[in-house]
Amino acid sequence: MSTAPATVDGPLLTADGVPLKESLQISLRRSKMRALLLVLPPLLFLIFLFVIPIGNMLTRSVDDNLINDVLPNTFAAFETWDKKSEPTEAMFEAFYKDLRDADRTDIGKASVRMNYANPGWRSLIKRTARKIDKMEPPYKEAFLKADDRWLDQDFWRSLGIMKDRVTFGYYLNAVDLDYDYDKNIIQQDEERKVYNLLWWRTIKVSIIVTIACLLLAYPVSYLLATLPMRIANLLMICVLMPFWTSLLVRIVAWMIMLQQNGVVNDTLVAAGVLSDENRLSMMYNFNGTIIVMTQILLPFMILPIYSVMKTIPPSYMKAAQNLGATPTLAFIRVYMPQTIPGIGAGCILVFIVAIGYYITPELVGGKDGRLIGNMVAYHMQRSLNWGLAAAMGTILLCVILVFYWVYDKIIGIDNMKMG
Amino acid sequence: MSSENALVRFVDIQKSYDGEALVVKNLNLDVAKGEFLTMLGPSGSGKTTCLMMLAGFEPATHGEIFLNEHPINRVPPHKRGIGMVFQNYALFPHMTVAENLAFPLEVRHMDKSEREQRVKRALDMVQLGKFGDPRPAQLSGGQAQRVAVARSLVFDPDLVLMDEPLGALDKNLREQMQYEIKHIHENLGLTVVYVTHDQSEALTMSNRIAVFDDGIIQQCDPPPVLYEEPNNAFVAGFIGENNRFVGKVTEDSGDTVKVEIEAGAVVVAKKVNVEGVGSRSTLSLRPERVTVDPEAGSLPNIFSGKAEELIYLGDHIRTRFTVLGHDDFIVKIPNSAAHARLKEGDTVNIGWNAEDCRALDPSD
Repeated sequence: MSTAPATVDGPLLTADGVPLKESLQISLRRSKMRALLLVLPPLLFLIFLFVIPIGNMLTRSVDDNLINDVLPNTFAAFETWDKKSEPTEAMFEAFYKDLRDADRTDIGKASVRMNYANPGWRSLIKRTARKIDKMEPPYKEAFLKADDRWLDQDFWRSLGIMKDRVTFGYYLNAVDLDYDYDKNIIQQDEERKVYNLLWWRTIKVSIIVTIACLLLAYPVSYLLATLPMRIANLLMICVLMPFWTSLLVRIVAWMIMLQQNGVVNDTLVAAGVLSDENRLSMMYNFNGTIIVMTQILLPFMILPIYSVMKTIPPSYMKAAQNLGATPTLAFIRVYMPQTIPGIGAGCILVFIVAIGYYITPELVGGKDGRLIGNMVAYHMQRSLNWGLAAAMGTILLCVILVFYWVYDKIIGIDNMKMG
Repeated sequence: MSSENALVRFVDIQKSYDGEALVVKNLNLDVAKGEFLTMLGPSGSGKTTCLMMLAGFEPATHGEIFLNEHPINRVPPHKRGIGMVFQNYALFPHMTVAENLAFPLEVRHMDKSEREQRVKRALDMVQLGKFGDPRPAQLSGGQAQRVAVARSLVFDPDLVLMDEPLGALDKNLREQMQYEIKHIHENLGLTVVYVTHDQSEALTMSNRIAVFDDGIIQQCDPPPVLYEEPNNAFVAGFIGENNRFVGKVTEDSGDTVKVEIEAGAVVVAKKVNVEGVGSRSTLSLRPERVTVDPEAGSLPNIFSGKAEELIYLGDHIRTRFTVLGHDDFIVKIPNSAAHARLKEGDTVNIGWNAEDCRALDPSD
């Protein structure tokens, strides 16, 4: 006991006089380092393949830097213009300087961006840029000689949309709104309105698929959880089978089943249930998307519900019946409330996957079964309007977060069980 | 017991799960009103199956169960009105304690004020008057156990079944709960059918104990009878401690038999359950009925034994002897001043009455 800390008021010391806290930290440092090393690979993975891309998407959706970097002089000159009179020589000169100094590919990219503000910019700049080397002052005439559209004030006024380095134009476009040339928010032209319809359809499909999955998954999960092990295992294999089959194979199988001359229709016609001209259209439309997505996402609903049901001992149902409840009442009052964590997890999982789904609608959706995910893909791959695609992705993320928040309010996130 | 005041009657009950083996073989048992009957036996002996058949969760394969003289084989569990305490309590985790207790009243469409009154009364009965609000997960094991008892009683059933309700509690709490359940049983005049594999629990609580083994009731008697007058070798071995010898009956004189254990050593025992001369028999003798160093000729059975091991237990000294070639013969020597102190390795005479040594069936 002679080595015990002598001080009564001061910090507690170890036998050799080092403060206890310090010595504790040293002894814990090794295990902390080891823990850090273990989580490092997934942490890096997450940062490089999740955090950075998402951050990139968020910036891209509001980013208008490129155009401002390529055309600095033009925008400076644009600010001095009264937007009513004819474009001035100073503006043409500024434009000339920018086109002359800028890199060719940057001009290309900028012209694509400008095309969103006013379709026509791209061809206008392309034709002008071709002759830029031979141009001499006065530039206004030289520009007009290259293309007489340069007198059109709409082109010049559309620069107003792009003059800020941060733009919400993509977000507006994503919900069928637009800027006018003075940056007032206006409705998109009627014939260009497509997105709102798609948003509603996407949410509708996700909700229908989630509910359909829940209705189908609940009895299956109950069977899985209550049947004897041997039969339950067999059933489980059937549930998991889709995971072992390629997504495409499954979708094609559905096409064969459901199309106009498919197995289902042929059977119904042969059985006399349907006449030949009244064949059901279950493929390449809204129905097709719902049917196939429900089948594909079903396991995501079954597994969490099953894993929760598995933990509910049968004695609860027995106790409820012993206390006087009919089997139905016992199921509703005692069994079902205990499966809510599983239902919640399954619904959130299916809904999140469904809202961003894209392959199935692409293949079986036809015209009225396309979802917002297909639009994102279209803008990523075809139109190369990445700003718009990023804005849509961000909105999608926000919708999911909102649903998540609602779920947390109603059921509570700690109540969720994935297994 | 006459069958008129029997609340429960099992008549020729047989039960099989797989159609190949019988779990319960021809059970006939009456439980009287107000009785505390314990079904005691090793696991797999069929006692829980009997309870489940009575509660209605398992159908009887053959025979009929009567409750208040009504056959109940076809009555579903929720219409039997039998209270039950489950092994792991089965308190509904998503309801508060009060909601758990109110559940049986609610499904009986009792109105709210009476419900609350009854819940309060039931909680007071198990000394948990202020514990209405927490969820079952927030309760200690003992509290959860009390709530389970309260819930099984809240709708005033005549009959309460308990399926090893104290198995999950530690020893002290278990003993305390044994008394509490016993008192509740006495105060309310309940009929209780209680399943356990713990013999001391059964002895403490029961009016009668039905000892199960291999799907058959081996003996059904009040605790003192069961302990002091076991009918067969299984019961003798299962209830309390006993010394046993196996030998051959050489002489049958009506009340007593002489059994030859080994060459020349013959024990005089009370004839209980043996066939007659020439058959084999198990002799059963309680450790506290053995006298150390008796006067010569005072007892019919006196043999010399060697003390192998002494364990000091305060009120008595547990001594292991080698007697008649058996080295596991236990004697409980009271710790009194009058008694001679033995040492390990001492050889003394030990003896017992023919009355205390019961000649039973040859068990295995």
